[in-house]
Amino acid sequence: MPINKIVDSFDEAVADIEDGAVIMVGGFGTVVSTPSLLLEAVYRKGVKNLTTVSNSSGFGADVWKLQGAPFPEDMDILVRNERIKKAIVSAPVSALYVNNFEKLLRAGKVEIEMVPQGTLAERIRAAKAGLGGVYVPVGIGTVVEEEKEKKIIDGREYLLELPIKADFALIHAHKGDRWGNLVYRGTSRTFNPTMSGAARVTIAEVDEIVELGALDPECIVTPGVYVDRVVARPKVAPTQEGEITDHQALESKKRFENEIQESIRRAKERGMRDE
Amino acid sequence: MSDNLQAKEKLDRQTVALRVAKEFQDGNVVNLGIGIPMLASNFIPAGREVIFHAENGVLGFGEVTPSGEGDLDLVNAGGQTVKPQPGMCFFSHDESFAIVRGGYLDISVMGAYQVSEKGDLANYMVPEREVGTIGGAMDLAFGAKKLIIAMNHTTKDGEPRIVRKCSYLLTAPECVDLIVTDIAVIEVTDRGLVLKEVAPGWTPEDVQSLTEPTLTVDPDCHDIELV
Repeated sequence: MPINKIVDSFDEAVADIEDGAVIMVGGFGTVVSTPSLLLEAVYRKGVKNLTTVSNSSGFGADVWKLQGAPFPEDMDILVRNERIKKAIVSAPVSALYVNNFEKLLRAGKVEIEMVPQGTLAERIRAAKAGLGGVYVPVGIGTVVEEEKEKKIIDGREYLLELPIKADFALIHAHKGDRWGNLVYRGTSRTFNPTMSGAARVTIAEVDEIVELGALDPECIVTPGVYVDRVVARPKVAPTQEGEITDHQALESKKRFENEIQESIRRAKERGMRDE
Repeated sequence: MSDNLQAKEKLDRQTVALRVAKEFQDGNVVNLGIGIPMLASNFIPAGREVIFHAENGVLGFGEVTPSGEGDLDLVNAGGQTVKPQPGMCFFSHDESFAIVRGGYLDISVMGAYQVSEKGDLANYMVPEREVGTIGGAMDLAFGAKKLIIAMNHTTKDGEPRIVRKCSYLLTAPECVDLIVTDIAVIEVTDRGLVLKEVAPGWTPEDVQSLTEPTLTVDPDCHDIELV
């Protein structure tokens, strides 16, 4: 029987994600590198108490709407709807404004494990590659070293960093075929190929599904063996219920700017000395 | 800060970036952080070919595109769209940090809240918030062959940022090689901080008065060369 990893809908692709699952979410910070429609489907399914593994905590759909992104949801859809119990993340907050993750953190509604970006990538890769961990020099002499085994190898000190394995990895690629082979586009590759295979089930959201054989074997980035499901984005973004208008987007931008000012004002009150 | 010093002109962001870029040698692979460091990409010295690396998986990209004109699938680590150029390549995040940790990055330039006299760096905890973002800063601080800090010499209230011991959480210990500020260029050496250059109109004594640890004034200390 022909291998066929293609599923017809985003809801079907995430149907077996349950409460309390550990999910990896690909991308960097920009929404175009993110599996936006898989995140929407996870939100629609209503699952909660998730442990998420991602580079950032998202900016929110209104920010990306401003930039004209056709699929504007990022990690923020799970953050603002309080679906996350614990976040394993490298860049949780923004220097520019108070994001929704920071609000939850301050309210004690989410746990955080902050990991240096390269260490996060390598811990994920370790899980994918079947390793029991990796020795990493980054973090020695900082809070990152707390409670970790240390080892001197060839005169240099390292920390033992353990693999991060997920139940589901949600990734975004440019093109995929029915075997799950994937190629990416530009700088939207980032964590997506790293996370593929680092979970029990890897689900790839692609811009386009192509015939088997259409992808140049010399250029396939993610071998299909790492991928369990492939689901395609619609060619044209549907008009969504509750779509954000330009006016709302501008209001939202103003709100962010006010929050930055407010945060600086509070900081001054507390006597912090930096800008 | 004395009125005398307050009246003196400091270098603007572009000029600090220009001075940073003079450190880029022909053939260097360079990572630029958000803010003043990224501006340095506009000032590569003539005749030198420099390859820029960004954490999100790209080497060899071109300049930042005018607002609204770029491709969102081609951005630097600050999310700004950049131009493609011949030789550019893309890779995954684990590969990107293999490049950082593996010693393939000649220079990393980033900002800081504080640098200590030993070259300890504190730059990830947004000081007024009690929460921060480590991001790629720790990897870059540990991995780059040469770490250059570009920052204002003092806080807005005139407090030194170059201190005996960092009071903010460390990004990495003993990692900074060169500090370029709006009034000075200071090298971190085994024998402490060495003042190499001062902004036009500033004396070594002026710079020392805004710096917590004692500076050794290089015998060749001179005005910052901008050309």
